[in-house]
Amino acid sequence: MSAKRQVHLGAHFPGVNQTTVWRDPRAGSQTDFTSFEHLARTAERGLMDFFFLAEGLRLREQGGTIYDLDVVGRPDTLTVLNSLAAVTTHLGLAGTINATFNEAAEVARQFASLDHLSGGRAAWNVVTSSDAFTGENFRRGGYLAHADRYVRAREVIDVARAFWDSWGPGALVADPELGVFARDVHDVGHHGPQFDVRGPGLLPRSPQGHPVLFQAGDSDDGREFGAAYADAVFTMHGTLEAGRRFTADLRARAVRNGRSGEDLRILPGASFVLGDTEAEARENARTIRFQQVGPQQAVAFLEQVWGRDLTGFDPEGPLPVQDPDLTATIAQGRTRFPRDRVEVAREWRELAAANGWSARELVVEVSGRQQFVGTPEQVAAEIDEYVQADACDGFILVPHLTPTGLDEFVDRVVPLLQERGAYRTEYTGTTLREHLGLTHPHDASRALDPAPRTA
Amino acid sequence: MPFPPPLRWAVELDGAGRHPAAWRLPGACPGDLFTAAHWRRLAATVEAADLDLLVVPDAYRLQSAGERDQRGRLDAVAVAAHLAPLTRRTGLVPVVTATHTEPFHTQKAIATLDLTSRGRAGWQVEVSTTPAEADLFGRKPVAPADELWREAAETVDVARRLWDSWEDDAVVRDLATGRYVDRDKLHPVDFAGGFFTVKGPSITPRSPQGQPLVVVPVRDEPSLALAAAQADVARLETASPERAAAWAARLPDATVLLDVEILLRRGAGEAAGVAAQLDAWSPGHAPRTLRHVGTPDTFRGLVQALPAGVDGVAAVPLDLPGSLDVLTAEVLPRLPRPVVRGTTLRERFGLPRPVSRYAREVPA
Repeated sequence: MSAKRQVHLGAHFPGVNQTTVWRDPRAGSQTDFTSFEHLARTAERGLMDFFFLAEGLRLREQGGTIYDLDVVGRPDTLTVLNSLAAVTTHLGLAGTINATFNEAAEVARQFASLDHLSGGRAAWNVVTSSDAFTGENFRRGGYLAHADRYVRAREVIDVARAFWDSWGPGALVADPELGVFARDVHDVGHHGPQFDVRGPGLLPRSPQGHPVLFQAGDSDDGREFGAAYADAVFTMHGTLEAGRRFTADLRARAVRNGRSGEDLRILPGASFVLGDTEAEARENARTIRFQQVGPQQAVAFLEQVWGRDLTGFDPEGPLPVQDPDLTATIAQGRTRFPRDRVEVAREWRELAAANGWSARELVVEVSGRQQFVGTPEQVAAEIDEYVQADACDGFILVPHLTPTGLDEFVDRVVPLLQERGAYRTEYTGTTLREHLGLTHPHDASRALDPAPRTA
Repeated sequence: MPFPPPLRWAVELDGAGRHPAAWRLPGACPGDLFTAAHWRRLAATVEAADLDLLVVPDAYRLQSAGERDQRGRLDAVAVAAHLAPLTRRTGLVPVVTATHTEPFHTQKAIATLDLTSRGRAGWQVEVSTTPAEADLFGRKPVAPADELWREAAETVDVARRLWDSWEDDAVVRDLATGRYVDRDKLHPVDFAGGFFTVKGPSITPRSPQGQPLVVVPVRDEPSLALAAAQADVARLETASPERAAAWAARLPDATVLLDVEILLRRGAGEAAGVAAQLDAWSPGHAPRTLRHVGTPDTFRGLVQALPAGVDGVAAVPLDLPGSLDVLTAEVLPRLPRPVVRGTTLRERFGLPRPVSRYAREVPA
């Protein structure tokens, strides 16, 4: 058995995002179950840890109308994952569910049900929002102060864990001779600023005890939350050095929260483009980027940053001469742009001028995600290098095509990772916790829970 | 009236059966009740017998506080979704309660079940009537039945609007203009009722059936009012043939099923013996509706004399798989059944695929 650190891989379903290329004649449906099934079966054929689904709760808008240039519309996350559980046997099933717009008792039971039905393959990617725009689709309306979003997320998880633990170990007796179906079922009692709940969990403990928790969020609050609660952190990453700094920071924060730094998987999202030669891969990558950023998308992107209606703007010319309007919110339902937009505009003008880029070329350069571009050998070597250097534990692969975007990776890169001794040649466990090398939450050797926040 | 009428069949599968002691019977495999294998076995039986609807019950409370009774349920949408790729014909109908849940989440879950089952999704609406269910959410106190069903009516109404909020041809993938979707074919529902508001449109595109089937249990005036206004299928929970006929007369637009709790065995004495054993193990479990303990012959007799206006039966086995096996092997093959055409649940029920109400409002 090799002592090499093992690469962990997840498969992101290319649904609603700017990486999906719907213009390609090979692009299939983002909603037909056959698409989900194809990608999941491909990921399982590639012995990947899990399939990953994002979520959206309101259609994105720009300038007051629905944004129509990228893929729009998604099926319900948990429903898709429960159906996929029937057509896969080992693959973990990770679903993004917002902690802001769901009730703790409900979401705890939903993930426990997925864990039961999949035989221990469920993961919950906990995301937060504060957003009154999305809140308009829900009973409570307006929603949370931005500062309270992690307060609620922590409380959701505290309450969910209390429900998951409310049936004691061995509570399901089911002994017809004895006449005892279940005993040792306890009421949860929780009184906090977000939840005031009482009652028993509605299910026996699920195979993983607690479904695996994923978290994404790079703010200080987000990192602290992930270090305290998450089993795996879904992040962006840039260079190998930046990845090492991020991973070291997260592992140190985990230790400060009373956990082992190794009991946390760090998994950046990454796209990839392959070619038979490096030059061919680079050409393929350039073609894909310009498909992703068509002239209309380039203008829409600049409108989001500039906060201005740029109707009539020529994306093949230079960047807009005016400065961004900081008072306007032109895009709704997207992640906030994190930096000072006037400063960003200045930097981009300099960058475009120095390289002779048009506005569209600039957008292509600055809006791209982390990519592995190269021959299968180069991509396998680079992934291996990141993991061996502890820049991360592996990657969540974001293909640009639905549903066949993962096929080539599984056929050409996975065997090379296996040859390098960095990747499994068969599943050695049945649960997602086992795939990820995480301990069971009820294993006494692990101090998992932060101090309970119940009053 | 032609005899025999076309008979519709639903079956409600509740763990080891609706009787809280049924898990103790031979063949019940009580340790498997929370596994996919349990549900796959039952669904295979239902599918092979070509039943119209498989209903998965649900509630935000444990069935019992006692350690001798069956307790705990998987999320019903999760079970139905799991069965979707494993079945081809039978309609899949999870119960989703409307009282403490978000209408927006419910409608997209059912629309997605319609996608993953390729057009076989239904939704049975329920309400949460107990303080225990309210305490699990802690958002609002328990309300009287008429208020709960009025809220449920709003939930169904907004779900149906959201199911229509994407017109069928909203996705255009127009290379010339760069538009993936035609935003003029996406409609905010702008729903403002007495209990909540929802902006819309749905996040999920219109599903294969357009409108999945809405199933409503009828047990009192408030639930009857919702069934009369919104149900595609109504389940009558009553032991009185007169009341069933009176309710059915007020449901001219729905397929009307009479709920019957069944405990079936090949011999009458055996059936009575099992029923007595169950009641001895867990006494005081009153029927919720008409109950039939008997043989294939006695049950066929009941079915052939259904009250006027009733189109079929919603069978609720008191024990599983025992009574389901007798129902599918000995009862159904000897009853006249309509020929099923098409693959979607609406087609099975002879219902057209509705045009989105928003497409109708704006003629092309």
